[in-house]
Amino acid sequence: MIFDVSLPLYLLIALILFCVGLYGALTKRNAIVVLLSIELMLNAVNINLVAFAKYGLYASLTGQVFTLFTMTVAAAEVAVGIAILISLYRNRDTVNVDEMDTMKR
Amino acid sequence: MQVSGTFLAFAVLSLLTIGGAVFMISFTRVVHMVISLGVTFLSIAGLFVLLEAEFVAISQILVYSGAISILMLFGIMLTKHDAKDEGVSKANKGWLSILVVAVFFVIAFWGIQSTPWVAPPDNAAAVQEDNATQLGVEIFTRFVIPFELTSVLLLVALVGAIILAKKEEDNE
Repeated sequence: MIFDVSLPLYLLIALILFCVGLYGALTKRNAIVVLLSIELMLNAVNINLVAFAKYGLYASLTGQVFTLFTMTVAAAEVAVGIAILISLYRNRDTVNVDEMDTMKR
Repeated sequence: MQVSGTFLAFAVLSLLTIGGAVFMISFTRVVHMVISLGVTFLSIAGLFVLLEAEFVAISQILVYSGAISILMLFGIMLTKHDAKDEGVSKANKGWLSILVVAVFFVIAFWGIQSTPWVAPPDNAAAVQEDNATQLGVEIFTRFVIPFELTSVLLLVALVGAIILAKKEEDNE
């Protein structure tokens, strides 16, 4: 047993985080929780990018730059998502994803 | 059997990360979920520090633990104050989701375990010194165009969010 931090450990952490986020995004009813789960998945990908920036075969700063861009896009996504949710709540009086079925009826 | 300080920090931080995420899934009140996810975001910032990405760690704390958590709290307060998530909507959907996630986990885990990871050459460690300066040089030389596009995206998201969330006073 080697007690040392290596790349597969970080990948494993990121994989577990991604799976938890995926499960939450698939099963939860509250739309805000679905947004939170998507953030969790994005964070898992960020861990992977930074881990490869240090331990990858061609270690460079590109992974960290990509992480910064991912964060920016995630912030924009959350802002627009919350705005859509508030507008939807004002019109339909619900935040549950399975009640947002206007286009199905 | 020697346990290094780095490994100890890694173990604690990863435990906090995964614990926060699992608690986020298992809590029923939405406000508790956001707080628990804040713990996860902070520990991920700690993991970034372990990976010698200090600037990214600070950005993580500012953007995720600060801005996004507060934005989520605002979203909760503006929709349903004491919202509870009753969990799975239909009985079948829960099992199907667990199955999909488990299959994905097994495949990705097998992929991680069976890949021979090659260690980077030793001179790569010198690149990481003075993280913020190097990151700034990279962004403003190689990644100028994506950087400018990102600023346009942020502006569009700002305007779009304001227009979407604005009260419509004179509709119809």
